[in-house]
Parts: sequence; C-alpha cells; structure tokens
Amino acid sequence: MTTSTGPTVVGFPRRTPEEPLPLSQYASHREQNGLVLSHLPNGVPVWLVTRHEDVRAVLTHPKISANPDNEGFPNVGETMGVPKQDQIPGWFVGLDSPEHDRFRKVLIPEFTVRRVRELRPAIERTVDERIDAMLAAGDRADLIGDFALPVPSLVISSLLGVPPADRDFFESRTRTLVAIRTSTDEERATATRELLRYINRLIAIKEKWPGDDLISRLLATGQLTSVELSGVLLLLLIAGHETTANNIGLGVVTLLANPQWIGHERLVEELLRLHSVADMVALRVAVDDVEIAGRLIRKGEGIVPLLAAANHDTEVFGCPHAFDPERSERRHVAFGYGVHQCLGQNLVRVEMEIAYRKLFERIPTLELDVPPDGLAFKYDGILFGLHELPVRW
Amino acid sequence: MRVTVDRERCVGAGQCALNAPEVFDQDEDGIVTLLVREPEEADADGARAAGDLCPSGSITVHED
Repeated sequence: MTTSTGPTVVGFPRRTPEEPLPLSQYASHREQNGLVLSHLPNGVPVWLVTRHEDVRAVLTHPKISANPDNEGFPNVGETMGVPKQDQIPGWFVGLDSPEHDRFRKVLIPEFTVRRVRELRPAIERTVDERIDAMLAAGDRADLIGDFALPVPSLVISSLLGVPPADRDFFESRTRTLVAIRTSTDEERATATRELLRYINRLIAIKEKWPGDDLISRLLATGQLTSVELSGVLLLLLIAGHETTANNIGLGVVTLLANPQWIGHERLVEELLRLHSVADMVALRVAVDDVEIAGRLIRKGEGIVPLLAAANHDTEVFGCPHAFDPERSERRHVAFGYGVHQCLGQNLVRVEMEIAYRKLFERIPTLELDVPPDGLAFKYDGILFGLHELPVRW
Repeated sequence: MRVTVDRERCVGAGQCALNAPEVFDQDEDGIVTLLVREPEEADADGARAAGDLCPSGSITVHED
C-alpha cells in the first residue's frame, strides 16, 4: 500500500568541510515517512534512500536499473556520472542483468577469497616497500600520497601484469585522476587517455605473449572483445584505487584515536561500515513504476541510495557513529548490495588489514602531524576520504 | 538447521566463504558450493551470517 500524503522535500545532501559525510541530514531523513524527495544540483527531482532496509530493496529490485542510458538516470555532476555505454564498452557497473552478468562471471574467479589469499605475500611486499621508502625519507610523510594511494595502484598493476618497470608510470597517471584539488579536468582527461593507450598496448602484448596474470587469463576465456577488455581493466583500476586509498587513510585516523582496537579481527569490517567512503556511487533509475517503502516511484524517476545512511541506520546498528569492532551486526552495505556488490571487496579487505598491521607494527610511534581538527577531508569529490594525511614518527 | 544454495543466482562476492568457510566454498568459477548441508551447532552462526550477508539472495537457511 502506498502512503497518500506527499513526500517530504529536502535539500540535496550538503557535504561540508565540517560534515563531509552528512550523517546528521541522513538521520533526519530516516525519520520521514517513506522516502524523501530531493533535487539534484541540476534541478531534476530525485528520491533519496536512507534506511538500511530500503537501500537493500532498491539495490535488488528487478525494475530498478543501474544503466545510465535509461532516461531519468541521476546525473550527480560531471565527475560523479557513470560513463554511457557507448563511451566505454565493458564499463559493466552501468549494465543490468543479464548483460552485466557476462562480464561479472568472467571476472569472479580473479577475486575469490582463495585467489585473494594467494595475493597476500605480494601485497605484504608492496606495503613493506612503501614503508621502507617513507622511513628512508625522514621522520614525517603524507600518508595519502606516500602510502594509501600508491599501495592499491601497485597492487592492481601487479595483478594486471604491468611489468615492474612501468609501474611508476602507471601509478603517476592513476594518481592524477584522484588529485581533484591539484589536477585540472584536462590533466585528468589526458591521464585517462594515456592509461587507456597503455592498457591497450598491454593487451596486445599479452595476446602475443601470455603470462600468469589477469589480462592473459581473461583473454584466454575468449568471452570479451579487446575493446570490452580495455574498458573492464580501466574500471577495475578506477573502482579499486581511490576507494581503497580513502579507506586506508580514514582507517589510520580512526585507529590513531582508538589505538586499543589495533589488531582486532573485526577491525576492517567496522571501518568499512563507519566510513562508507562510496556513500553516493550506487545511482539508480526506475524503469517501471515500483513501490519502495510504501512510496510509488514512477518509471524514469532517479533514485540515490545512500550507503553511509544505511550503514548508520539506528534500526540496524546500535550507536552507529561509534567505532566498535565488537558490534555483532555485520550487515553493512559499504560495498553496495545486489548483483553489483563490489567485485574486489575481498582484495580491499586484505589490503586494509595488511596496511594497518604493517604500519602500526613497523612505525609504533606513528602520530598525526596536524591537529585532528585540521585534517583535510574530501567533501568536494565523489568519495569520502582525505586529501592528505600529514603524519610523523 | 539446513542450508540450500542457488548457484544460478550467485554473483561470487565470496562473503559466505569468508564468514563461514566450514560451510561454504567457491568453486573454480568463484560460484558458491555447499560443503555441509546441515551445519553443526558451532557453525550455525556463521551460516546464518552468510545468509544475511549474501548480496544476491543465493543462500537460504532453514531453521528446522
């Protein structure tokens, strides 16, 4: 049954330096009946979804689409838009089942719990090398630029089979994509072109001389064209880079403030929930009239499920703003939910676990080099995170 | 307790193999496989968690 009263209209989530993850706004939206209606920065009306149950319902509804080619798909601003399919074939986060499933099925074996476990020694080596470099350079560092960003980029480049000699090139271009404060739109577009050109060259090399790497194995399946494969690889790279880096950076800040939890086995899961760095990335549109939380959503209306809001829903998580690795409830949606749930989630978990363990083991005197209220949180980009994280030891 | 899985629905997120490795595994395609149909009491919580966490609804836990 749908509710007869009109929806409450609220402002679009306002992220500020003071509240880069607007949890107080989400808390008040959850109090409203059904869903709340808002307007995108471009004026188009859109539904905000802030309850855990409703977010899960939206992300599994067969008539709610992730495809930006559908009319009414929310455009949250140029940098937040998912590319149209004709722009980057293989960008399968923007496809629905069954088209989406062909891509996902080919990739699943690369990211199983077992496969990721086999990558642990290589990830530990990468993390150790970055710590060696920081220690060699002095007694302070920017933990984002010197550690949190390079680690996932180096891990993904070794996974893809990028030769060691090219990894610095690869790392510098991926870093340009993330540096929204210091790089221009044009520099980012150039970096994307250079990465795509490099990926295409790498595919051509692996076609001739296959190795023991992800690209060679995907080619061997014969399931993807080389154009689709290059889109898939760019997606893996972008999806796994800044998200992981932001989790590493925010996690270090939270652990420095709560050192009694360092080494706890449920630490990573709780940090994923608490920070929910990908709050607003799971954009959707209704492709038929559907009902969510007693509210009729018409075909062509945009939907913004807010993952951080769901992860701080008091109906599911008691004292949701508290960092408590011992909480019994595990059902966070930091990786999304439904068929699009993060493919690389097990890799991220291991990267985070190794990063924290090695950092605090090898640099036990690690501390912030700025007052806690002077931290530069990202409120002006797609993801929640830190622009930089000055530390000393 | 009885557990059933739907391998057609599975999207290979691996949360079951991570949270209840005594009950679930992923085959070489990354798709869920059931190691135990009727988990022991010690593994029951893990199996329930896997049912709660599975993003594709591929795992059903029957409390009978």
